[in-house]
Amino acid sequence: MRQRWKEKITPTDVLMWLIGGVILALIIWGSTATLTAGRYTSHHWFDFMIFGLAQGSIYALIAMGYTMVYGIMRMINFAHSEVFMSGPYTAYFVAASFYSSGFLDRHPIMSLFVIFLVSMAVSTLIAVLLERIAYRPLRGAPRLVPLITAIGASFFLQYTFRGLYGSGFQAYPVVKILEGEWMIGAFRILKFQGVVIVAAALLMGGLYSFVQRTRIGKAIRAVSEDKEASSLMGIDINRMIVTTFVIGGMAAGAAGVLYALMFKQVHFFMGFIPGIKAFTAAVLGGIGNIPGAMLGGIFLGLVESIGPSLFLDGLGIVAPYQLKDAIAFIMLVLILIFRPTGIMGERLAVKKA
Amino acid sequence: MAMKQSVWPQGIKTGLIGGIVGVFLALVGMVEAFSQRHIIADVVSMGHTLLLVVALFIGYLAAKRSGRNELPWVLVNSFISGLILGGCLALLVIVGNWVRLRAVFINASPVLYKLLTFDYGVGMGSLLLLGAGALGGVLAGLFYFSPVLTRRVLLTSLGSIVIAGVLQDLLRPTFALWGPLAIINEWLFAVNGLTLHGAGFLFVIVSGATYFWAKRGSAVQAGFRRFSPPKQRALRLTGFLLLFSLLLTLPQILGLFLSEVLTIVGLYVLLGLGLNIVVGYAGLLDLGYVAFFAIGAYTMALLTSPELGFFGLSFWTALPFAILMGVISGVLLGIPVLKMRGDYLAIATLGFGEIIRILVLSDFLRPWLGGAQGVGKIPKAFIGSMELATPQQIYYLILAGCLLVGFISWRLRDSRLGRAWMAVREDEDVAQAMGINLVATKLLAFATGAAFSALSGAIFASKLGSVYPHSFNVMISINIICLIIVGGMGSIPGVIVGAIALVGLPELLREFAEYRLLVYGAALVAMMLLRPEGLWPEAVHRRELHAGGSDETETKSLSGPEPSSQEGL
Repeated sequence: MRQRWKEKITPTDVLMWLIGGVILALIIWGSTATLTAGRYTSHHWFDFMIFGLAQGSIYALIAMGYTMVYGIMRMINFAHSEVFMSGPYTAYFVAASFYSSGFLDRHPIMSLFVIFLVSMAVSTLIAVLLERIAYRPLRGAPRLVPLITAIGASFFLQYTFRGLYGSGFQAYPVVKILEGEWMIGAFRILKFQGVVIVAAALLMGGLYSFVQRTRIGKAIRAVSEDKEASSLMGIDINRMIVTTFVIGGMAAGAAGVLYALMFKQVHFFMGFIPGIKAFTAAVLGGIGNIPGAMLGGIFLGLVESIGPSLFLDGLGIVAPYQLKDAIAFIMLVLILIFRPTGIMGERLAVKKA
Repeated sequence: MAMKQSVWPQGIKTGLIGGIVGVFLALVGMVEAFSQRHIIADVVSMGHTLLLVVALFIGYLAAKRSGRNELPWVLVNSFISGLILGGCLALLVIVGNWVRLRAVFINASPVLYKLLTFDYGVGMGSLLLLGAGALGGVLAGLFYFSPVLTRRVLLTSLGSIVIAGVLQDLLRPTFALWGPLAIINEWLFAVNGLTLHGAGFLFVIVSGATYFWAKRGSAVQAGFRRFSPPKQRALRLTGFLLLFSLLLTLPQILGLFLSEVLTIVGLYVLLGLGLNIVVGYAGLLDLGYVAFFAIGAYTMALLTSPELGFFGLSFWTALPFAILMGVISGVLLGIPVLKMRGDYLAIATLGFGEIIRILVLSDFLRPWLGGAQGVGKIPKAFIGSMELATPQQIYYLILAGCLLVGFISWRLRDSRLGRAWMAVREDEDVAQAMGINLVATKLLAFATGAAFSALSGAIFASKLGSVYPHSFNVMISINIICLIIVGGMGSIPGVIVGAIALVGLPELLREFAEYRLLVYGAALVAMMLLRPEGLWPEAVHRRELHAGGSDETETKSLSGPEPSSQEGL
């Protein structure tokens, strides 16, 4: 018995668990220090939570694209962050023209609807083109090849949009009905954050039920499970892969507008960080697992917004908010090391080589 | 995808693709930016050349795809494709004159329209565009039908004119320094671009040389082979010695600016050779490679800079520590990712790279690492009492580094360790079953790569005299990956070719710099689709991919049907 344990545990494992233990201890220590110091009131925490939820649901929407594409093609669509960027960046011009003509103030719901539609359409178009031109010829190639292609496509798209629309930040127009706040008892919710959370939840619910309930969704799941068997069952695999990219593109386009409404600006490089974070979310929930990606996104958003004040502040770190992104990346690395199947478990774990 | 033999000429489809590419190039701003530089003074600008190349390529493609090998049919196809390309651009001009496209596309400026219409106004200009497109298409069709030798001669001579025009800033100052060449220089180049007679002269010379080589080249090569082996070796040795002495005198020949470019290329060669071990030899895709570059640079800065005042060492005493720190961090960052493969490894290392950048940038570590302001006043290296301060002097430092690192990686490649790396790259499980210690092998790859990168970082810090966290972003990692892949994974000359093509050229062509990453991205995709083994592939790799009989590897790496893979720009 002891012999077997010895064989199973290598020095690197021990080292990894030590590192994990140290990080956990630091987190607990920092959190208790912050909580006992009582620098933040419950209102602060509530604000952090709502912000985290809003940001997390955007991550969750993007993560759906990553996770579905990974599920069906077994590749990380590195260029998904550019699919996310392309939609709202293009829709910005629609929004700006609505704003300058006053249409946005007269019919805010209508114009928001059009902005969403344009953004989703552009993102979907980019996603489909990406699949057709860059990924389809590479099916069955060694795994490194599509990944490198995706990285190339990502930079190509970023700098294409930089060339087309310019390299500056564009300020998204303010939508008046989304300004202000709602009060729930003593707690305050900023309107746009509430809207972002609700809209993202509706979209995710819709897309998820599409995948779970409809025939096409069923076919997509079948292709994810086993390509050959499902093609023998008469499923058109190419069509299903394109459909997956369409769904991912739509979700990313919608997430992009929500992101733009929240942070009020768009830029050609805006996709990179949210993209990696959404990928983190997808890994967190177990890549290939749709509900996992949603939960992973929300969890990541919450940790990112609460984390710096909760455990970094307690450790006496100056300006903890600068390390917000580092938290996300550290979480990504830790999950990849300790539990690559994610919190929810990878549905496709058995099939993965 | 089956090749459908449709009645509808292939030219239309191909032409539409070309049209999209042409309009894309115009709207992205490349045409306008490139028009600053003339290939032949006052005749053809680089922007027009770009579009012309697209037209010729599309015409050729249409001819190739037309399916029937009859002259009129092929010509009709390439004519149509060129016409459609011209039509798309004309449409852009017409629409642009009608709607203010500039509200969305910042490059749709009047200057662009003027360029596209050859300054003849919308109506006449559109007709001219159509004509030029169709002419380009027909020429490409004729080219497709001409004999192999003609094609080769035309391609090299026209290509050399374009290259001479593009690289005029490199060639002109170099020639001007050398007495008799300066006269040729005067005659060959105008203020901006080649002179007309210069271009004609170049055309005649190069086509003559190509013709001679095509007719006699094999005889010359055979003559070389007829020498006895020791003589052949001696000839090769003199070749190497000539190359080496050229490398030694290069900064004196080229002058200050080009030496600066050379030092940058050299730093990237160092980085590339390091990553080549990790990615090319061992097959571990590391996207956070810039972290080691940063670690080398920051170690150098901390140990030497009087601004922080920790140690105040000299460059040479600090250098071993910088490399040692690289090795240590390579192992430390390598341990956690030992069990990961492929995409997970790539993302985890990307995460590491970003974590290090964010930490260095933060106020939290500012007292030690200088935060966003970075660290300054890093002393230069000294040899004896000579300070290596100018690019021309630093060049020798970098050259020495490159030669050393190149030698090490050349010797490592065929060593036991090198073969273990390649075994791990091909199949981890089989390698382990063959008795290769995966942990040690992978960690050695990370450590060696990190050491090279740290060396490059240390030299970079001393060259610049200061380090900032912003110099170490993820783009550097991507650049290095690109140059390795474009050059050919695992190939040492490939790294050098890649560094010259991807780092040196953009430094020389300032107007190109803005589109650098755009072209990189397209190059990566195109490379993966069309030529996954790279420009100068490793011999083993090339044999695997191109020797007859190994169909399996060929389909595995190239995969995908030929016709559809042509579409990747």
